[in-house]
Amino acid sequence: MSKADFFEGVRNGTPVFLSAAPFGALFGAIAVANGQTIAEAVLMSMTIFAGASQLVGIELFGQNIAPWVIVLSIFAVNFRHILYSAAMAPFVRHFTAVEKFFAFFVLTDPQFAETLRRGEAGRKVSFSWYIGFALVIYIPWQVMTALGGVFGQLIGDPKVIGIDVLLPIYFMALVLGFRKRPNFLSVVAISGAVSVIAYHTVGSPWHVSIGALAGMALAAVLPVKRAPAARDTAQEG
Amino acid sequence: MGAFFHADMIAIILAGAVATFLTRIGGYWLVMRMKTIPPRLEAALNAVPAAVLTTLVAPAFFTGGPDVQVAMAAALIASLRFSVLPMLAIGWCAVMLMRYAFGV
Repeated sequence: MSKADFFEGVRNGTPVFLSAAPFGALFGAIAVANGQTIAEAVLMSMTIFAGASQLVGIELFGQNIAPWVIVLSIFAVNFRHILYSAAMAPFVRHFTAVEKFFAFFVLTDPQFAETLRRGEAGRKVSFSWYIGFALVIYIPWQVMTALGGVFGQLIGDPKVIGIDVLLPIYFMALVLGFRKRPNFLSVVAISGAVSVIAYHTVGSPWHVSIGALAGMALAAVLPVKRAPAARDTAQEG
Repeated sequence: MGAFFHADMIAIILAGAVATFLTRIGGYWLVMRMKTIPPRLEAALNAVPAAVLTTLVAPAFFTGGPDVQVAMAAALIASLRFSVLPMLAIGWCAVMLMRYAFGV
C-alpha cells in the first residue's frame, strides 16, 4: 500500500462523497418510511452499495412483489456495471485476486469514471489510490444511511412531509442522465408507454420487466449507431 | 420497530447483493474471455438503464394525483437547467405547495 496514493484517492473521492451523502440519507429515510428497519437499510447499503438499485429495491418491497422480481430488478438497474468492469479491465488487471474482489465490490459510477480517466491519462491505477477513492464514498454512505433512517423513523406517513415524490423524481433524474445514449427518446417512450399499459392490464410487478424488455428490444432492432463513448451524466452513489 | 432484522428481508437483500456483485465483476470476467460483444446485444444492454428506470417513472406519473403530477412536471422542467438535488428540491416544494397551499 502506498500512503501517498491512498490519500490522493481520498482527496479525489471527496467531491463524490459530498454529492452522494444526501442520497445515502434519502435512502435511509425512504427505506425506513417503507417499512425497513434501520439495521436492514444499513445492511442493504453495506452489501449492495449502489444508490439507484437500493431505491428501486425499496420501491418494490413496498408493493408486495415476488422476491425474485425484486432481485432481478436490482440486477437490471446495476447491469451497467458489467460494461464498466469490462471497460476498466486493462487498468485493474495487475490487481491481485483479493484486490480485484474488493475493487469490484465497491465499483460505482464515479469510481469507474475516475479510474478510466486516470488510466487513460497514462497514470498508474494503484490499488491504494483505488481503495482510498472508494472508502471515502463507502464509509460515509453507511453513516448517512443510518442517520437518514433515524430521521425517517420520526416521520410516520411519508406523504405528510412530501418525501413520497422524491423517489419518482430521483428516478426521472437518473433516466435523464442517460439521455446521451443512442435511441434514448425512443427507448424511454416505448418503455414508458408499455409499462403504463402493462401496469393497467397485467398488473404491478410485471410492468417493470415488460416495459424494460420492450425498450431493450426496440434498441436491439433499431439501426446500430456507433455511439461515441458518451459519458452518462447520472450522479449517484 | 420490533426486530432489527426480518429473515425474508435479509434473504432478498443478500440475493440482491450477490446479483449486484455479479454485475460488478461480470464485465471483467466476460472481457477476459470474449473478444467482442455483438452490436445488437450491446445496443440492448446500452438501453437497459433508461428502459428499466422509465418503467418506475411513467406509472408513478400516470397513477399519481395532481399533486404528484405537478411535482414531477416541475422537476422535469427543472432538469433543463439543474442537476439532481435541485430537481428534488423543486419537486418537493411543488408537492408541498399543492398539498398545503392548494389542498390537493
